[in-house]
Amino acid sequence: MSNTDIIIHDEKDNVGVVVIERINPKQDCNCWIMENDKSVSIQSKDEIPLGHKIAMTDLNEGDTILKYGHDIGKVVKNIKKGEHVHVHNVKTKKW
Amino acid sequence: MEIPKSFLGYKRENGRAGTRNHVIILPVDDISNACAEAVANNIKGTIALPHSYGRLQFGADLELHFRTMIGTGKNPNVAAVIVIGIEPKWTKRIVDAISKTGKPVEGFSIEGVGDIDTIAKVSKKAQEFSMWASEKQREECPMSDLWISVKCGESDTTSGLASNPTVGNLMDKLEPLGVHLCFGETSELTGAETVCEKRGKTPEAQAKFKKTWNDYNDFILKEATDDLSESQPTAGNIAGGLTTIEEKAFGNFQKIGGCQFIDVLEPAEEPTKGAGLYFMDTSSAAAECVTLQAAGGFNIHLFPTGQGNIIGNPIEPVIKLTANPLTAKTMSEHIDVDVSKILSREMNLSQAGDELIKSTLRVANGRLTCAEALGHKEFVMTKLYRSA
Repeated sequence: MSNTDIIIHDEKDNVGVVVIERINPKQDCNCWIMENDKSVSIQSKDEIPLGHKIAMTDLNEGDTILKYGHDIGKVVKNIKKGEHVHVHNVKTKKW
Repeated sequence: MEIPKSFLGYKRENGRAGTRNHVIILPVDDISNACAEAVANNIKGTIALPHSYGRLQFGADLELHFRTMIGTGKNPNVAAVIVIGIEPKWTKRIVDAISKTGKPVEGFSIEGVGDIDTIAKVSKKAQEFSMWASEKQREECPMSDLWISVKCGESDTTSGLASNPTVGNLMDKLEPLGVHLCFGETSELTGAETVCEKRGKTPEAQAKFKKTWNDYNDFILKEATDDLSESQPTAGNIAGGLTTIEEKAFGNFQKIGGCQFIDVLEPAEEPTKGAGLYFMDTSSAAAECVTLQAAGGFNIHLFPTGQGNIIGNPIEPVIKLTANPLTAKTMSEHIDVDVSKILSREMNLSQAGDELIKSTLRVANGRLTCAEALGHKEFVMTKLYRSA
């Protein structure tokens, strides 16, 4: 088994979580989907630290971020596949 | 792993069992702290539980104060209790309620006596209680005598990925053994509230949860000047990669595994519907939440952390686990159980759950937690509104 760089909770999720100390721009990463034990790969566009999220697909303003298979907020600035997903481009739908 | 059937605990007069054997000096109010601390300083084997409130409170806020005081005294981790208040009436109310457990309890009031003579009088009684409690022996107790509360703090995405699901795995394995379980953190279920509501075992439990969460949300909408985005997620959460309260909530929710809750408790309320999982309406501030759960009668606490919360409690041992490899390395003196190998996939969730069960039993049997060894004794009362 190759090392896992990114873990995705649910097959439906459009973001994954970096589980190594950091990934660098243009790094080819191995992703493991916990729900179905499948593996996928992705090339990162940004430097992303441990615990932070990466976009698994292109996302447009207004799109919903899915993690754990659930709605965790809305995209407020377009995000390209492989980019860092965090407070600069995603906001809560609650407040 | 075959789960052990018993642990070594202190059997109490009312049939409960403790994982600790504390003699506590409980001040009813803020101005009795000095006296309580002086007594605890005089008499070895006792601990004072100073706090900031207990004067001119009224209504539901006062009731919560009493419930927390009384529940703390009743907790089976406490062998005997000294209550000290400025005046006799509220002191007696607390003493009378704790005495129903059958454990030694005695109250003292300071008015008309002064600190120095009170300290002398109380010290004599505290010495008697401490020496009496020191003879108590641990005995074999069934697993069902464990009442386990859970709360996470300084969470990051590793909490939702691994350390919270490890707690959930433990719950799934221990619930069938008749253990009492408790989760709280009303605010930090925001975003996952409808999913959580459906975990109620009965329509009554579901309705009670819905009302509790709605009441909380109405309060936030009324009191908040703008929104909660400055405090939820916290700066620590955001540094750890958590972006929104919804993301935090779904991570938080992993702690209950596949269990369903049988009832919703008021803050510091003791469960009465038998073994199983309970939801308690609590703040998400770590020390407030654990203090309320301990007052509800829970005798051991599991605390998953991401970025490294360091909380402890004076009477309920707090076991910390983390899946964040950096936290496990940089804050190792605070971490009882390291489950970071889940992230590198060198350990699966079930193995992590087994490790946590083993550590929980070692602590139940008497091993000090990191927080106990480091002297963390955060006893923090929840206050609902300003005093009269």
